[in-house]
Amino acid sequence: MAELVTVLSSLCLLLGAFLIFSGGLGVLRFPDFFTRMHAAGVTETMAATLIVVGLMLHSGWGLPLFKLLLILLFVMITGPTASHALAKSGLHGGLRPLGDNTNNERH
Amino acid sequence: MILTVVAIALIVVMAMAIARALLGPTIYDRILAVNLFGTKTVLLIAVVSYIFGRPDFLDIALIYALINFISVIAVLRFFEYGSSKVNEKVGEDG
Amino acid sequence: MFAISTLLDISVLTLLVVVALAMVRERDLFATVMLSGIYGLLSASFFVLMDAADVAFTEAAVGAGIFPLLMLTVLTSVGRYEAGARRIRILPLVLMLALAGALFAAVVQMPPFGAVDAPSHAHVAQRYIHESPDEIGIPNMVTSVLASYRGFDTLGEVVVIFTAAVGVVVVLLGGRPKTPQQSSQALMAEHKVLRIVGKMLIPMILLFGLYVQFHGEYGPGGGFQAGVIFAVGIILYAMLFGLSNAQRVVPLGVLRWLVALGVLIYGSVGLASLLAGGEYLNYSVLASDSVTGQHIGIILIELGVGITVASAMVLIFFAFTRATRSRDELEE
Repeated sequence: MAELVTVLSSLCLLLGAFLIFSGGLGVLRFPDFFTRMHAAGVTETMAATLIVVGLMLHSGWGLPLFKLLLILLFVMITGPTASHALAKSGLHGGLRPLGDNTNNERH
Repeated sequence: MILTVVAIALIVVMAMAIARALLGPTIYDRILAVNLFGTKTVLLIAVVSYIFGRPDFLDIALIYALINFISVIAVLRFFEYGSSKVNEKVGEDG
Repeated sequence: MFAISTLLDISVLTLLVVVALAMVRERDLFATVMLSGIYGLLSASFFVLMDAADVAFTEAAVGAGIFPLLMLTVLTSVGRYEAGARRIRILPLVLMLALAGALFAAVVQMPPFGAVDAPSHAHVAQRYIHESPDEIGIPNMVTSVLASYRGFDTLGEVVVIFTAAVGVVVVLLGGRPKTPQQSSQALMAEHKVLRIVGKMLIPMILLFGLYVQFHGEYGPGGGFQAGVIFAVGIILYAMLFGLSNAQRVVPLGVLRWLVALGVLIYGSVGLASLLAGGEYLNYSVLASDSVTGQHIGIILIELGVGITVASAMVLIFFAFTRATRSRDELEE
């Protein structure tokens, strides 16, 4: 049982690290703001969840587990909200996605 | 061992975020980079607290998560509110 | 184990230098504020790597939270781009190089990090470390030194924060509370998502502030950090729901009372010690058992610190925002 938990925790941590790395690469290499935001937002929340779950499995029962749970809840609530606020602000400030052929000025 | 790999991956991504913050043509790219940097710092602190065996660092990770979110909201809010001044646009509010 | 911490130290320090250089060269002040947020986060990470949890806590809250917020308020009234071309001026350059040289020379002559015979580890620190568990009995030694052994210094810090708040109020608000103006409600009314998430988060933030305040004796935390967290929660409310709503929740008059109340509490604890027969700020005489007296004293003064810091930060934020708001309205 203990080995299963350790293996699971290592798996979550490695997967999270891979996702974070790919998200970072996306932010650096994607062509415009909205695509970069997509790379950052998706990987950030997912990878953070995986890493925190991995850490939770790694630690035993106790107060740190509860604090990690709080961090997880917080990241899951604020990550998508921050992406939403960023995208809305970008549109409001006049940025348009690449390949946007419509002439919508009002949102 | 695995935690070290995760910590290194996090630092590499933090460096990438800084690169984007320095390069990013628009201000929104920079805000995105700062937000990314903040969330990676949260994870780095949590991982480091396990590497060094100090569970009290988790409080610090929690407050970083808070501060990061609030600064992004603050920046966007001020950007919107002061947009007539901040962007030096003439005419109505952008 | 040593290799990974050295690697982390070097990477964080290198990133600090890179960000600092970028901040200096950047002409767009908005970007500079963003970079200063990153700088604050990096510094706080470095403090965590150096095992200084309380300092990291405060640096995160202040350097990455409050400071960029206040700088942004200033930017809305100052303008976004750095004006004018830069000429190289000889005298400031020479002065700065001389100062940098002096600092480098001083740092090089300091004892190596963690050396056993360094002055900071030799004299009073030994006594604090050995006697603190018996005399004061709280696990977090940073709090016991800050609040009890060096209580005078902390009193001075609280008075400094109070004075800063008073200065800002006098300069920006003219010293008299004005009636709250109608803020631009329409702008934020569209942000339903942010408002709903904010309504969920703000109680959690305030609760976390209370946790940090009272947990400061057992882990990283204490009055300063808790005060900043409280202030950040209220500032978030002000940003999402408008300044006039926020001023209905915490009126300016109440804030002015609170900022003084914290300092008053701190001073009164010292006075109570005098009246009970000990020296000023000697908490041992506050109860029949000296360890209990220390605990009572520490809790009370941390409460005073938290109240003053929280109300000072909120007051400064309100003052800055109202000042930029009224300038805009005067110009139209």
